[in-house]
Amino acid sequence: MTTAPNPTGRANTRRSPEPMFWLLFSGGGMAAALLAPALLILFGVAIPLGWIQAPDHQHLHSVLRNPITVLVLIGLCVLALFHAAHRLRFLLQHGLRLGGARGPLAVLCYGTAAVGSVVAAYLLITA
Amino acid sequence: MTASGSGLAPARPYRQPVSRLWWLRRRSYLLFALRELSCVFVAWFVAFTLMLVVAVGSGPEPYRDFLDWSARPWVIALNVIAAAFVLLHAVTWFNLAPKAMVVRLGGRPVRPAAVVAAHYLLWIVCSIIAVWVILR
Repeated sequence: MTTAPNPTGRANTRRSPEPMFWLLFSGGGMAAALLAPALLILFGVAIPLGWIQAPDHQHLHSVLRNPITVLVLIGLCVLALFHAAHRLRFLLQHGLRLGGARGPLAVLCYGTAAVGSVVAAYLLITA
Repeated sequence: MTASGSGLAPARPYRQPVSRLWWLRRRSYLLFALRELSCVFVAWFVAFTLMLVVAVGSGPEPYRDFLDWSARPWVIALNVIAAAFVLLHAVTWFNLAPKAMVVRLGGRPVRPAAVVAAHYLLWIVCSIIAVWVILR
């Protein structure tokens, strides 16, 4: 993370967006780690297999209408999507050695996350 | 492109080509690759959650349909795999936390084990709150 010497003495105006993506990555990693296992095991495994009875519609609807739930879920979805985009980007770039397509790969990953975030927020607000 | 004699352009050092399947060579590499692959299932979790939200928002009948769909064998199988990957993500994430952040209390760094323990405690609390709110 060293920067080139700056002989002009002027402030470096070309900032890398990398720290912002890393912040979104770590925030999303934390949010997903804290909430995704419980929610996915509950709705994806325990309820479908009949271990736990599904909550009735009216109750679940009122939970999802609560502004706090909406805010938490928007935060979780947006951060988790950018977390996944960041990891996927480097998984493809380093794991499958696609470094040649670095630029398009980054645009595709973060772009999909951005579109997904807007869709997620819209769905959660209007649900 | 030749560097012979002139000394203008130094020859590029030789870099051994790396196979696309380098992550299959060792167990630790494979675990790293699986951990990174968990991001696909984190994205699936977001999609699955949004499908549930839309179904609940559309009324009791679509919610019923969603529950029936989520009980199909292939959806359960997918979600079991996804849950395993999301758990792998959570465990590796919390175990790496003390390497990513150095917490200081009263000028002294907190022991790494304590940082990990605090994260696991927070994980348990968040999970209990989420399940309690949903099933209450």
